[in-house]
Amino acid sequence: MGNDQTRQPGEEYAIEMLHITKRFPGIIANDDITLQLRKGEIHALLGENGAGKSTLMSVLFGLYQPEEGIIKKDGKVVKINDPNDANALGIGMVHQHFKLVECFTVLDNIILGVEPVGKFGLLQKAEARKRVIELSEKYGLQVDPDAKISDITVGMQQRTEILKMLYRDNEILIFDEPTAVLTPQEIDELMQIMRNLAAEGKSILFISHKLAEIMAVADRCSVLRKGKYIGTVNTKDVTMEQLSAMMVGRNVNFHVEKKPQHVGDVILKVEGMTVASHVHHNNAVKNVSFEVRAGEIVCIAGIDGNGQSELVYGLTGLEPLVSGKVELLGKDITKMPIRKRNIMGLSHIPEDRHKHGLVLDYSLENNIVLQRYFEGDFNKFGFLNKKNIREYADRLIEQYDIRSGQGAVTISRAMSGGNQQKAIVAREIDRDPKLLVAVQPTRGLDVGAIEYIHKQIVAERDAGKAVLLVSLEMDEVLDVSDRILVMYEGEIVGELDPKKTTPEEMGLYMAGAKRKEA
Amino acid sequence: MRNKDSILRKPAVQSLLTSLLCILLGLLVGFVVLLIINPAGAGEAIMDIIKNFLNYSKPATRLKNMGNTLVKTAPLLMCSLSVLFAYKVGLFNIGAAGQYVAGAGACIYCAVGLGWSWLPCMIMAVLAGALVGALSGALKAYRNVNEVISCIMLNWISLYLVNTILSQVKNPTSPYTYEITKKVVMENGAMTTVAHPGAVLPQLGINGLFNNNKYVGLAIPLAILLAVGIWVLLTKTKLGYELRATGLNMYAAKYCGMQDRSNIVLTMAIAGGLAGIGAAMLYLTGFEEWSCTQSSVPAMGFNGIAAAFLGGLHPLGAIFSSFFIQHITDGGAQLNKQVYPSEISNLISSLIIYFCGFVLFFKLTLTKWLNGRNEKKNAAKGGSAK
Repeated sequence: MGNDQTRQPGEEYAIEMLHITKRFPGIIANDDITLQLRKGEIHALLGENGAGKSTLMSVLFGLYQPEEGIIKKDGKVVKINDPNDANALGIGMVHQHFKLVECFTVLDNIILGVEPVGKFGLLQKAEARKRVIELSEKYGLQVDPDAKISDITVGMQQRTEILKMLYRDNEILIFDEPTAVLTPQEIDELMQIMRNLAAEGKSILFISHKLAEIMAVADRCSVLRKGKYIGTVNTKDVTMEQLSAMMVGRNVNFHVEKKPQHVGDVILKVEGMTVASHVHHNNAVKNVSFEVRAGEIVCIAGIDGNGQSELVYGLTGLEPLVSGKVELLGKDITKMPIRKRNIMGLSHIPEDRHKHGLVLDYSLENNIVLQRYFEGDFNKFGFLNKKNIREYADRLIEQYDIRSGQGAVTISRAMSGGNQQKAIVAREIDRDPKLLVAVQPTRGLDVGAIEYIHKQIVAERDAGKAVLLVSLEMDEVLDVSDRILVMYEGEIVGELDPKKTTPEEMGLYMAGAKRKEA
Repeated sequence: MRNKDSILRKPAVQSLLTSLLCILLGLLVGFVVLLIINPAGAGEAIMDIIKNFLNYSKPATRLKNMGNTLVKTAPLLMCSLSVLFAYKVGLFNIGAAGQYVAGAGACIYCAVGLGWSWLPCMIMAVLAGALVGALSGALKAYRNVNEVISCIMLNWISLYLVNTILSQVKNPTSPYTYEITKKVVMENGAMTTVAHPGAVLPQLGINGLFNNNKYVGLAIPLAILLAVGIWVLLTKTKLGYELRATGLNMYAAKYCGMQDRSNIVLTMAIAGGLAGIGAAMLYLTGFEEWSCTQSSVPAMGFNGIAAAFLGGLHPLGAIFSSFFIQHITDGGAQLNKQVYPSEISNLISSLIIYFCGFVLFFKLTLTKWLNGRNEKKNAAKGGSAK
């Protein structure tokens, strides 16, 4: 596992993490990992969930102390005890979930913690403001310093985070999964910004599992797998398939195999659905109408927060409709209780598996029967039939390959995200639904689990079920769906054919730049 | 990672250990207070409290006094079940006190005022407690009123309402109601009483075991039975499954079609009913009468919170913790009143209760300590881990 062969004489590294090992009880999170970031380069850090990326970054920020290994800054060994040490060394990070104060302006957020204070403890914002504007012009980071965070787009929020790092004169910039929340156009802009920053001498560490983006923007790429260091490659020397094989340790089938489509009857019919928003004082879903037929996967695409969640809440009964009508199998279910909808054949893989999908402190078996515990098989005279519950849970665990520490009695909280999701998918699919509503079913999962869940969803469609898939992932939308509906600000602004459309076209709809003529 | 210390990680073992630790710390601080008041007799005094009825030399007196402790354990157990049942469903029932008061008012009025026999009196106590509980539950479920706030307010409402109602059956020569063995009748326009033994809980011969302590009877086995019943309800039944799911994650409960709102009302009604029957278990023995002039909510309901936590929030654990708390409370009466105020036992039980607040902290510390030990072990193994 040598790193020395990549080192060239006379070359300088901005930061080096050499032979880092960090153990937790029962697991080695980082096993002899070496990461060397050259000055002025964009270096990608690639790995599945649980590969050890977060642990490595926590070590860099002093949140964990490694058992073995050293960290060097500009060739000198440094000791990082806490995040303040990391800041002092010029290391900054844009987190996947932004750390911004919503009700503050862009400028206030940028100076937060390093406020320029004058006499009598008064803030001196004029100076700071000038510097922020200079920085934003220098690197092409367009922001309005006086706009409130709650009023600006996600892309602009991210640029605010980048300016925060630059304002603190950080030299080493870490981007943690920065593209997850962006539209394709915004992703292109971000890539350009990253190139500008690198050209100005900043060193960038780009954490991602999106291969295409790594190939597009990174100079080199280090790959981690299950806590181990797999290697560092020049991106121009490798293909996407090679990178992917390094990441998962085998060849992954990127394309979902689908049988020819046999579309049947209308299963779900939504007419003029309007759902109120809890976040703003208006409607999150505005007068939406569509149909889903048996044997097709209809995908609701869009950027997070454009009414997709509320649409699903309205469909599944978690929120009442302001107006409109929902029909399942030709029957009006607009005001039907959730339990009755579910019994009628509605299955729902919820967006947030921790909030809605699971009772985390229940055992796996109790969660597996969450939608069936009231059926005759599982209780008698009000008493639970634990034997039948165990048998049923064991069957699903076996059939859907749900892995956990102690099988059926494992507390769900102790399971990995992927296996928690598998348990939900198993529970919802095994009920033999007529309509499967799957909301971001692969969020936060690794490539192997994603592949598995896509297969299950497609199998449902092939079996003649109607599937409504809500996804924020462009690749997922294009790969899995038979029909795409794009949502923007609570309305369906376009219907696309995944075989004919391009990511660029979809992006225009998703960003509201384009819409179908009414 | 299966080490031999893993038995310390078992929740039941951790609960037991931490509860014992709370008791020890409580007694220790209580002892320190006794030392400060009067160092000479402190050691003896703390032993007196711990020994309670064992202070008496005659076995017969011991048994009789143990019976008295048990008589007050039954209502305490009911209040702690009330608290822990609601707690398992994610609600903090600080209103057990008020529900207990409502139960007391209902059963005393039905017995002394209306001359009913014990069973309907007890049922009325359950219903009155359940009604007060359900009120808090409904306010929470349909109006999103925090149950702690509504419970505290209902505690006072119940107290003064019950004081007012029970003034109808008050002994004119004292602040107390008439004994439970009497009933009020009107004779020539004046209030007087006649004997009415039917309202007293049956003794079932259990009193014989406690040197004919006439207050000992049905209440004690019934309380234990109910504790087991609550345990079964929570862990073995469909309703318990639903209620616990609602308590642990109301969003998931709603998602899978459980009636989250009516579950909250039902939970509080059951909790209230438990506190209500607790009151019936005490006042229908005739052990004490209601003081119609009391201006503080009886401590029974609040002690129930302590007993619930000390018992590790387990219905069967509550049986033992209730007995223990009652035991040392009664033990306070054994002190030499000239040297120590008898409130010292209240102080100790409140100290224990106070330390119970750290139960979670103790558990976390224990787990952390175990983790730390493991990590050290692993580090010592070093390279062999690879």
